[in-house]
Amino acid sequence: MVRSGGRAMTRFKLVCERVAETARLMVGVPDYKTYVAHREAMHPGKEIMSYEAFFRERQEARYAVSKGRLRGCC
Amino acid sequence: MTLTNRLIWPAVTILGTVSFGIVALARGEPVNAAWLVVAAVCIYVIAYRFYGLFIANKVFRIDPARPTPAYRHNDGLDYVPTNKYVLFGHHFAAIAGAGPLVGPVLAVQMGYLPGTLWILAGVVFAGAVQDLTVLFLSTRRDGRSLGDMIRGELGPIPGAIAGIGILLICIIVLSVLALVVVMALKGSPWGTFTVACTIPIALLMGVYSRFIRPGRIAEMSAIGVVLLLASLIGGQYVAADPVWGSFFNLTAPTLALIVIGYGFVASVLPIWLLLAPRDYLSTFLKIGTITLLAIGIVVVQPYLQMPSVTRFIDGSGPVWAGSVFPFLFITIACGAVSGWHALIASGTTPKMIENESQLCFIGYGAMLMESFVAIIALIAASSIHPGVYFAMNSAAGIIGTDPAHAAEVISNWGFTVTPDMLTQIAHDVGETTILSRTGGAPTLAVGMASILSGLFGGKWLMGLWYHFAILFEALFILTTVDAGTRVCRFMIQDLAGNVVPAFRATESWANNLIGSALACLLWGYFLYQGVIDPLGGIWTLWPLFGTANQMLAAIALIFCTTVLFKMKRHRYAWVTLIPTVWLVVCTVTAGTQKVLSPNPTIGFLAHAQRFSEAIDAGKVLAPAKSLAEMSRVVFNDYVDASLAGVFATIVLLMVWFGGSACLRALEEPRVSAVEIDGAVRGAGDD
Repeated sequence: MVRSGGRAMTRFKLVCERVAETARLMVGVPDYKTYVAHREAMHPGKEIMSYEAFFRERQEARYAVSKGRLRGCC
Repeated sequence: MTLTNRLIWPAVTILGTVSFGIVALARGEPVNAAWLVVAAVCIYVIAYRFYGLFIANKVFRIDPARPTPAYRHNDGLDYVPTNKYVLFGHHFAAIAGAGPLVGPVLAVQMGYLPGTLWILAGVVFAGAVQDLTVLFLSTRRDGRSLGDMIRGELGPIPGAIAGIGILLICIIVLSVLALVVVMALKGSPWGTFTVACTIPIALLMGVYSRFIRPGRIAEMSAIGVVLLLASLIGGQYVAADPVWGSFFNLTAPTLALIVIGYGFVASVLPIWLLLAPRDYLSTFLKIGTITLLAIGIVVVQPYLQMPSVTRFIDGSGPVWAGSVFPFLFITIACGAVSGWHALIASGTTPKMIENESQLCFIGYGAMLMESFVAIIALIAASSIHPGVYFAMNSAAGIIGTDPAHAAEVISNWGFTVTPDMLTQIAHDVGETTILSRTGGAPTLAVGMASILSGLFGGKWLMGLWYHFAILFEALFILTTVDAGTRVCRFMIQDLAGNVVPAFRATESWANNLIGSALACLLWGYFLYQGVIDPLGGIWTLWPLFGTANQMLAAIALIFCTTVLFKMKRHRYAWVTLIPTVWLVVCTVTAGTQKVLSPNPTIGFLAHAQRFSEAIDAGKVLAPAKSLAEMSRVVFNDYVDASLAGVFATIVLLMVWFGGSACLRALEEPRVSAVEIDGAVRGAGDD
């Protein structure tokens, strides 16, 4: 009983995380944890942006149209 | 097939058929919207399972073992393998906008059935196919953009032609969407105040997320939403105030100039200050409101008061001119098939796909969802009284500005309505008049207000719901206007940079100012033209917008067909060829009729001729008030005719380039499509 309750709790947490992740990606900010994990695994020792720097970088990138990004009109 | 599968699919088919039969065959009495919802959902489910997956597995032979760009270029920023549900949400938020909410509302003048049939058939066989195919092709090419891919597979000249087409559609989209906002806000101090408040709110959010609590999206959005709701409630009192009420009570031309100026400022300012926070606010509000409306329709189950087919099926309608073919098929673009999606499906989404096996869910599935939004908008518009619908969507040049006169004209069309009903509904939603609020947004807002007040709040909250709906539409349309002006600016800089290379430097302030001003001037011209157009602007500009959007879809589908030929998958090329042919026929016919039709309500040249002849005779034709206005009407007609002509020509040129590329590919003994990451896998004939 306790275990299944715990499992439901974990599942609920996962769903919440996914919803938050979706909401952030909708406005162009991908998952920060994934970014950090990627830098640590693939580029060890190299600089990792702080969340604030990461957020700014992504915000600039979302509207940098020269990279061929066009977004919703209809 | 397992036993459950064998039972479920026939059951879904029967349920869908029965619901659709009830919707289509009902005569005389109103149909419950629930049947339409059930029929649509059944069709989507069947289409996804049997057509979408067929295209992915059989036609493209997607390869789940093939690494996607997200893995090959993983940088944690642009290229990130992303959970498929998360990516679905992102993709849906990027494609859904004003289009599926406005087009279906305008199409309701022919009754709910023609629009419904086109939305459903269009999405299954054209729209979702286009989105899926472009997404697939871009995923196989490192997430390159549509323009890049056309240059790569078809050559530089078709690439450049497509580029011009994309710039033109941007300009028309911006002007038409801005026109929708202007038409919704004219003479509405409550709405204007609320929408104006979004600017200081966005600035505050921008400063908050830059300096006070950097990057805290949830916090700043929550603050933004609370302030927005406060301004929504406050707007009621501002509108009632004698001084402030008249300050925010603006005419359409004034609003148009303000919107143009706003577009310029927003494009010039740093993005974190105004553009980005507005974008966050509008994205969350958009998704939230669409969800709320869908729930509202399912729970309230309104009746469709509009007849299934009206007498305006013959093309004599007051909302937009033209018969079912080709004009219905360009009036509803988004929701059935939208060329704009080809730009988005080749944008950020292909860079984040985890596995090719998820292409169908994201590409085909998200488009089905957008089509569902279009069906919801259509239901909302059909659930209000037909007399009210026509009063809101017919221009003042047709029904006049007096409720008694409008009611008489509309009743003569066969939609009995009393002047009292028209004033009562205006009073209910907290406006002075609802006459000639063209552009679709206010109609949808009245529909939403009556559905949502049925769900929550009752009649006394109707005014609040109405202005909430106007706010939600204006907010994300204005976000499109600022983002789109920036896009336009970059495209103009790129284009002009071919002649003056120094103009290309996007960091330069002078270039920024000149480019933004040019972009605003271009779309602002069409916006202002639409605003002073006595036929209400939407009448003239919406068909141009639809033609442009479908032109882009035709270009994208021609490209998709060519690549299927180059992959030696021409056995299945009919999948994209059928929608291509249909869209080419529709856009070219519509473009030609808009230019050459002898009927002055449809053909720009015939209209110009009628006015020119009157000028020569020294007569002033209504709705123009002076000879100078008459000349302006003629000039605008020539501009619009040239645009429609250019759209049709671009489509025909692309047909020629695509057709010859297909023939060359057929003669070629080997696969000639250029995929990134080595050989074209899964290509070749069976």
